[in-house]
Amino acid sequence: MGSTGEGLGRRDLIKRSAALGLIAVPTMSFLSACASGGGDTSTKGPDKGLVSKENPFGLAKGGKLDVVIFKGGFGDDYAKAWEAAFDKKWGTTSSHLGTQEIAAKLQPRFNGGNPPDVLNDSGAQMIKIDVLAKGGQLADLTAVLDAPSIDDPNKKVRDTLIAGTVEQGTQAGKFVALNYVYTVFGFWYSGKLFKEKGWTEPKTWDEFLGVCAKAKEAGIGGLAHQGKYPYYINVVIMDLIAKKGGLEAMKAIDNLSPNAFEGNPAALAAIEAVYEVVEKGYLMPGTNGLTHTEAQTAWNQYKAAFIPSGSWLENEQLKQTPDDFDMKFLPVPVLADSKLPFTAIRAGANEAFVVPEKAANKAGGLEFLRTMLSREWSTTFAQQANSLTVVKDGVDPSVKLRPGTQSAVAAVKAAGTDTFNYLYPDWYSEMDTDIQNASNELMAQRIQPKEWIKRAQAAVDKAAKDPNAKNNHRS
Amino acid sequence: MSHVARSKGRAGFIAGFLILPLALYLTFVIWPYVQTFGYSFTNWSGQSPTFGFVGLENYAALMEDEVFRSALWHNLLLLVFVPVITILLALFFAFMVNAGGRSGAGGVRGVRGSAFYKIVYFFPQVLSLAILAVLFGAVYRSDTGGLLNAFLAKLGLVDPAHPVEWLNQPDLVLWCLLLVVVWHGVGFYLVLFSAAMQSVPKDIYEAALLDGAGRGQTFLRVTLPLLWDSVQTSAVYLGIAAMDMFVLVSTMTSGQFGGGPDHHSEVMATVLMRNFLYFGKSGYACAMGVVMLLLTMILSVVTLRATRRERIEF
Repeated sequence: MGSTGEGLGRRDLIKRSAALGLIAVPTMSFLSACASGGGDTSTKGPDKGLVSKENPFGLAKGGKLDVVIFKGGFGDDYAKAWEAAFDKKWGTTSSHLGTQEIAAKLQPRFNGGNPPDVLNDSGAQMIKIDVLAKGGQLADLTAVLDAPSIDDPNKKVRDTLIAGTVEQGTQAGKFVALNYVYTVFGFWYSGKLFKEKGWTEPKTWDEFLGVCAKAKEAGIGGLAHQGKYPYYINVVIMDLIAKKGGLEAMKAIDNLSPNAFEGNPAALAAIEAVYEVVEKGYLMPGTNGLTHTEAQTAWNQYKAAFIPSGSWLENEQLKQTPDDFDMKFLPVPVLADSKLPFTAIRAGANEAFVVPEKAANKAGGLEFLRTMLSREWSTTFAQQANSLTVVKDGVDPSVKLRPGTQSAVAAVKAAGTDTFNYLYPDWYSEMDTDIQNASNELMAQRIQPKEWIKRAQAAVDKAAKDPNAKNNHRS
Repeated sequence: MSHVARSKGRAGFIAGFLILPLALYLTFVIWPYVQTFGYSFTNWSGQSPTFGFVGLENYAALMEDEVFRSALWHNLLLLVFVPVITILLALFFAFMVNAGGRSGAGGVRGVRGSAFYKIVYFFPQVLSLAILAVLFGAVYRSDTGGLLNAFLAKLGLVDPAHPVEWLNQPDLVLWCLLLVVVWHGVGFYLVLFSAAMQSVPKDIYEAALLDGAGRGQTFLRVTLPLLWDSVQTSAVYLGIAAMDMFVLVSTMTSGQFGGGPDHHSEVMATVLMRNFLYFGKSGYACAMGVVMLLLTMILSVVTLRATRRERIEF
């Protein structure tokens, strides 16, 4: 029966290779991403052009421009239109890459010293701006701010931007990221549903709970949230804190104060208010485990009254939204004795555009950013991507807006100077993640408000110990 | 030509063939390991070619990292359960399909329709892990839009107002993931074991039958010992799957690169990736990579040693 010939050798071979595989496979993917090239410091840029008011960075005609765009909710058609216009004006040849895999595609290029000239660093796989900035990979964009505006050469670019844009893009005192899209955050509801049920827009948290109670009676959820990504419920929690405690409460968190959460009555009131929604059973059933698309689509199907999100929501949900849904924006309602009014909103710039420090055509990158802040390019963006930009009055009045964006614009007007914006998610990724985890536990009723406060404070204290923490401070 | 010279010539011939693969292996497998080892002593952020040397600081921090430690335990848990459950199920099905049938006059065969079952069982193997994650995402969905919840709600076992949030339950999430891996793997190992069983001469089974052995005895005394090599190989391969788990955990569970809720489904690969790409602590992540390397080396040696048996010839 049988023989001890090759059969065994083959099996041994399989076993051995399997053993080797056991060692190699789990770490392999990580390792291949790990290899970094040396730092090539020689910058062979194109020839310099003459510096003038029309050409503040001395960009030479001709040459190449390398643009990488995050192809997410806004698509990348707008960028292609920009590049065509840029090429026409400057005689450049643009290469375009639209991708979602920012980190995978760009990390080797940053490490190898051959990054693109313009990068839209965004999306789930973005390279964190704080990490890039710390590594000295980002060019100082202050020159763009101080350059003359394209629409009015007597004005500096700086003066055409909505307030907060510069602050938002500043890392360790240096302006490195142009956050191009103006976003407002808060709750959203269906005008049609509210009209049908005879509900009115709540302005205080008690009224908000009232609508939730009525929704529950009507057999639908009060609040839906994107449970798989606690980022969204954190918007509600943090907005409540900022409104109740004022800008001081917000800055205390960004500045990693030892009593940012612990011993801060505004924080406790806010988290207890959110927990009340959970305790009273006003959450849409199952919402804690849903992805953003699942939760938002359920909300579009009238399964919940409110959902928190930023103003990209309308564009993101274009296909799932019924025609007569009548999407409406609602600033986060206020708690009793809040320092900021109901109309105050979290608003800010996001969608970062950066020019790498080692870009081959740095002048081209800077000029590209300057042109982005022209009314013409801003309008192109609003048309193609259904969103506003950080350029003040940057959209041609002839452009017709969708109902959600329209109500967001109205909210921005009503808010006036009462806007605020947190910086810690950009400054401290780890702290942000820890707080998100705690919020997820709270929404699932596995921890109580007091425990949440403790965990949030622990996350702040941990971030404060980070040696890089001293680089960031807001006043 | 002398005997020695001939074998020398053959050795040179084989070496000639091996040089290129060996060079590739050294460049793309071994060299990155060496680099990782080097990076693990630095504070490299992963996004810049500049970094400083920090000695053993990363390893010291790793010892106190509770998240990494819980991830390690989850990996070990999976390392025990994934191979055991998959192999037991695959063996059972393979036996039923090949030798579990009612023995007619003709001797040994599988249950009725076994050819059909073999194909059906293999189906899951055709799907990529990414598709699997989407598929089971829909099964485990946390509202009644999910297959499981809808089904249980229809049966009246689940209150539609309080559906089971499968992947958002600390005590369920790992088992839910385990089920996916097992579901995916059983078909492949069934086919593997089937092939091995078919190479077992029929007369051995017939002899067992004539001696009056039942199904259970046939399986334990005849089939399993003759299949031991295949089982051992399978255990090693499934061990690889259990030590990795990155794709499933990172796409199906909550959190940056998965691991949620609150780190209850964390595996080493997800902690590593989060630190590497999201927190900008790549040097630290490299230290994790080195620890993973050491652990898997130890485990592979232990697995091969522990499962060594005397070979049965046939």
